Amino acid sequence: MIRLIALRELKSLFLSPLAWSMLAITQIILCYQFLSQLDTYMQLQAKLSVLEESPGLTDLVIAPLLGGAAIVLLLIVPLLTMRLISEEQKNQTLPLLFSAPVSMSQIILGKYFGILAFLVIVVLMIALMPLSLILGAAIDLGQVFSALLGLFLVTASFAAAGLYISTLTRHPAIAAVSSFGLLLFLWIINWAGNTADTEVYGENVLSWFSLLTHFEPLLRGVFSSADIIYYLLFICLFLVLGIRRLERLRLPH
Amino acid sequence: MDSEILIEVSQLSRYYPGNNEKGHNGYTIAVDNINFTLQRGEVLGFLGPNGAGKSTTMQMLTGNLAPSHGSIKIGGLDLMDNPIEAKALIGYLPDTPPLYKELTVDEYLGYCARLNRISKNKVQQAINTSKERCGLTEHGRRVINNLSKGYQQRVGIAQAIIHAPDIVILDEPTVGLDPIQMIEIRKLIKELGETHSVMLSSHILPEVQTICDNVQIINQGKLVISASIEELNEHMQTHILHMSCSNPVAIDQLEALESINSVQQKGDKLILHCSHDNFSATENKANKQPSVQQTSQQLIALAAAENWGLYEIYPEKRTLEDIFMSLTCVEPSLAHNEKQEQAID
Repeated sequence: MIRLIALRELKSLFLSPLAWSMLAITQIILCYQFLSQLDTYMQLQAKLSVLEESPGLTDLVIAPLLGGAAIVLLLIVPLLTMRLISEEQKNQTLPLLFSAPVSMSQIILGKYFGILAFLVIVVLMIALMPLSLILGAAIDLGQVFSALLGLFLVTASFAAAGLYISTLTRHPAIAAVSSFGLLLFLWIINWAGNTADTEVYGENVLSWFSLLTHFEPLLRGVFSSADIIYYLLFICLFLVLGIRRLERLRLPH
Repeated sequence: MDSEILIEVSQLSRYYPGNNEKGHNGYTIAVDNINFTLQRGEVLGFLGPNGAGKSTTMQMLTGNLAPSHGSIKIGGLDLMDNPIEAKALIGYLPDTPPLYKELTVDEYLGYCARLNRISKNKVQQAINTSKERCGLTEHGRRVINNLSKGYQQRVGIAQAIIHAPDIVILDEPTVGLDPIQMIEIRKLIKELGETHSVMLSSHILPEVQTICDNVQIINQGKLVISASIEELNEHMQTHILHMSCSNPVAIDQLEALESINSVQQKGDKLILHCSHDNFSATENKANKQPSVQQTSQQLIALAAAENWGLYEIYPEKRTLEDIFMSLTCVEPSLAHNEKQEQAID
């Protein structure tokens, strides 16, 4: 049942021009970033080779590229998730799901996995760029895969938050703006952590909540289970909130 | 007819927040303490003016809204306790058909079939049967968005019957259709009634009269009448006869008749108030019909004898609005009594 809803969601995405244009735009922007970074690297290469323990191609090109990809996806995922539930509310198609023998969790999970499948495609297409370097250079595959995993987890978290926000309103535009706001806030919440006196408070709580704080180690190739668990918890939290919210839609307010 | 009860609704209520002058502790009552049952093979019409609570009741029956109070049993299963099993027995067409307009009819119906747990190898068959019944066979490959409103409505109905549910709930199925489509859809609903139980809502009385076995009238959230079509027709009888003649009529002769109280003349048309005392009393069912018929026959005989050129005679039927009026006028006094009783308690 979950797979059925997910497949329909994916199909609807590809039937609308939105998904195609987003794939194209993401690809163009990141391509430009990739090429310009590669260019900079080529210019610096001679100087770098003199240094000992010099940062390699993976550190100087791939990690910033995937970091940039996360920012681009921060902008784009809300636009994909905005229509998940709110459009169904607006077009009054939710009764179809509500009156079918399907539970609320199946609806939410179906929608989530549908959008996740699309995001896997996005991440795989982004991954083609760094992987193309294998043809002519030695890259640290371990670090690349750790960074790709990080990118995937970050995007999956974006999608979960976006899905929840989409259950809150029947206007897709409001859902998009609110999800974007929420995600951006969670992205930069560690700013407060940086300025606060970390010596007094030790590990800053606010910075622990930031999506970015947990993404950076993965980009550097540091695979810590705490970061993975953070993302999984984040996703579960918003999915559960989404299910609760959907159940509440039926109740007397 | 099998007497198996498919829907059992008891003391169902739904309140909305927000106060108006009829508010109840700051709540607007959409559906107020409704009880009814639907049997297998029955076509039940749900009649009421706009905002009477028809859609709300149907939404509660299909699990789209949770009731504030009361219980719903679908095929013996409580909708609250076993929602998934209970919902499998229901096909629902909301007032706006829930269509994914970017899909083709076949894709959409296939999705609905799979959602309603039809196994993969039977989906195609289910789609074909459903399309055939709703006259969509030619339209399978068309995108729903490009279909006309009437055909979209048909797709909505096709969606509701795709898994051959025991109960089909249709919320205003003929709204926005042209007369020919309306007739076709009514025929379809009648056919459905032979194999499924159907519950449909409408505010068009003739529609309900042609399709349904039983009628429930709901007004301001309260069930005001629950009756078979025959009983409803009796409610619609009046003691007024309309008669039109092409030649001048001697009104004295009419008034001389025992069963006629008074005569009004409007152009060619005569409005005769008859003295059938039993129109509002329900116990005298047997006497009433012959009485109207007898008076009409008397009049026809008289007209023929006097050469009035009678060309039209018919008993006046009350409209749905009149029935609402007469039924809801009784209500306040009943409600008043109840309140007094409660006060005494």
